[in-house]
Amino acid sequence: MSRLSRRKLITTGLVATAGASGLAAAVKLAQRYSLIPPDGGGLYGPGETLTYAAQRILTRHSLAREFKPSQVSNPPFANEVAPLGDAFKRFQEGAFTDWRLTVDGMVARPASFSLSELKRFPCRRQITHLACEEGWSYIAEWMGVPLSHILDVVGTFPQARYVVYRSIQPDWWESIDMADALHPQTLVAHGMNGGELPVAFGGPLRLRVPRQLGYKSVKYITRLTMTDSLKRFGKGLGSGSPEGGYAWYAGI
Amino acid sequence: MADSTWGSTSASAVPATTVRPRHSAVVRVTHWITTFCFLALLVSGIEILVSHPRFYWGEAGNVLTPPLFKLPIPASRATVPTGYGYVLPDQNGWSRYLHFQSAWVAVFTGLLYVVFALFQGHFRRNLLPARADLSWRGLSNVVAQHLRLRPASGEEAWSYNALQRLTYLLVIFVLFPLVIWTGLAMSPAIASVFPAAVATLGGQQSARTINFFVSVLLVLFLVVHVIMVCLTGFRKRVRAMITGRSAPDMERV
Repeated sequence: MSRLSRRKLITTGLVATAGASGLAAAVKLAQRYSLIPPDGGGLYGPGETLTYAAQRILTRHSLAREFKPSQVSNPPFANEVAPLGDAFKRFQEGAFTDWRLTVDGMVARPASFSLSELKRFPCRRQITHLACEEGWSYIAEWMGVPLSHILDVVGTFPQARYVVYRSIQPDWWESIDMADALHPQTLVAHGMNGGELPVAFGGPLRLRVPRQLGYKSVKYITRLTMTDSLKRFGKGLGSGSPEGGYAWYAGI
Repeated sequence: MADSTWGSTSASAVPATTVRPRHSAVVRVTHWITTFCFLALLVSGIEILVSHPRFYWGEAGNVLTPPLFKLPIPASRATVPTGYGYVLPDQNGWSRYLHFQSAWVAVFTGLLYVVFALFQGHFRRNLLPARADLSWRGLSNVVAQHLRLRPASGEEAWSYNALQRLTYLLVIFVLFPLVIWTGLAMSPAIASVFPAAVATLGGQQSARTINFFVSVLLVLFLVVHVIMVCLTGFRKRVRAMITGRSAPDMERV
């Protein structure tokens, strides 16, 4: 064996060992700091984990851009939804006076709030961009209770790591991590552009997560569940989206 | 890597059959990884585009907004008025997963390439055009040569001409960074940390539109690149990019 190839062999070995142990350390760190998304397995797991981890590190406290009233899209575009079910229509006939938001799971005081109770909570207004994964977008003013306030009221346990939220529409559910759940701009929205939240845009209640794509802003929400693990929900991939082939984290 | 290694070895130790590779190992490996990533990004990008083949300028845009332009193709969403009586199947889920995974690999590969290329003097030696070649006369000669489809031969074929050098530099230092930047500017999370990255492009919809145009330019580059490879000897060129050796090397020895 020539001097040259031995040197090459040793270098390659060292680089490979450093790479492997570096990767192992990175995976350990990612697990420890919850930087692996629930759909982080499988073929696209590495890319998804890199996106989630990188954006989580960068964006933990960053605020979504807010716009001037003159920039509000007129008219905004309400995406199509599956035909509204009978359960929804019954509430609609009663002008949503009986609509309730149930909060359970890892909380000290499970509760169920009526719309009028939620409207008496502190209200935040913000003009933000809603971008759909398809490519279109609109800017609107949203009014609602910061989700963090509701989580405070029910006494969320410190072990809770995710909020699972469900629509009254079947099989429509999502979840977000605590960075987004406690984020000041994440709202349980009940108003839009100065009025009630129209049904087409998710009224009476929609979760608005402005730092993620539109599909994380589930319409017609009825229930929030605090949990430390997403394994028990659905197929364990975090939300309905990965079950339908879409990424759980939608920061991009 | 190879260059400095061979250079430091005494001439007598070099076997007679070895020559400097046409392309260094890092260039070869990163070239093919980038190729696969680019094709994956292209296919997935087209799939994502098909869900809304309309483009806008500014921050926001949707089917109720007048578009900057729209592509005359059917869409994979019923909400988009295309004039076609049918809707294509939705492929956005895997397309988005694949798009971002390929983008990550492409970015890491690109960083590896740039670091090694700087280290090896690849840009200075192989891609930076000589000042003399940048005259209008020199450039128009090269362009005329290309238009007559007359590939370079002998010593000339050994290195890149000024037009090739400028094109590669444009792709590496302008188009790739721009396509990454405009891609990131479409992310609401990234926009929350670097709002200026979106504002300087004119808004999130502008970023999407620029991302599309830069991709078109990259596809144009790919097409011309492959045509040139075919014209100058497909097997020879591809072998050089895989093994590092090409026929002219052998002749020189």
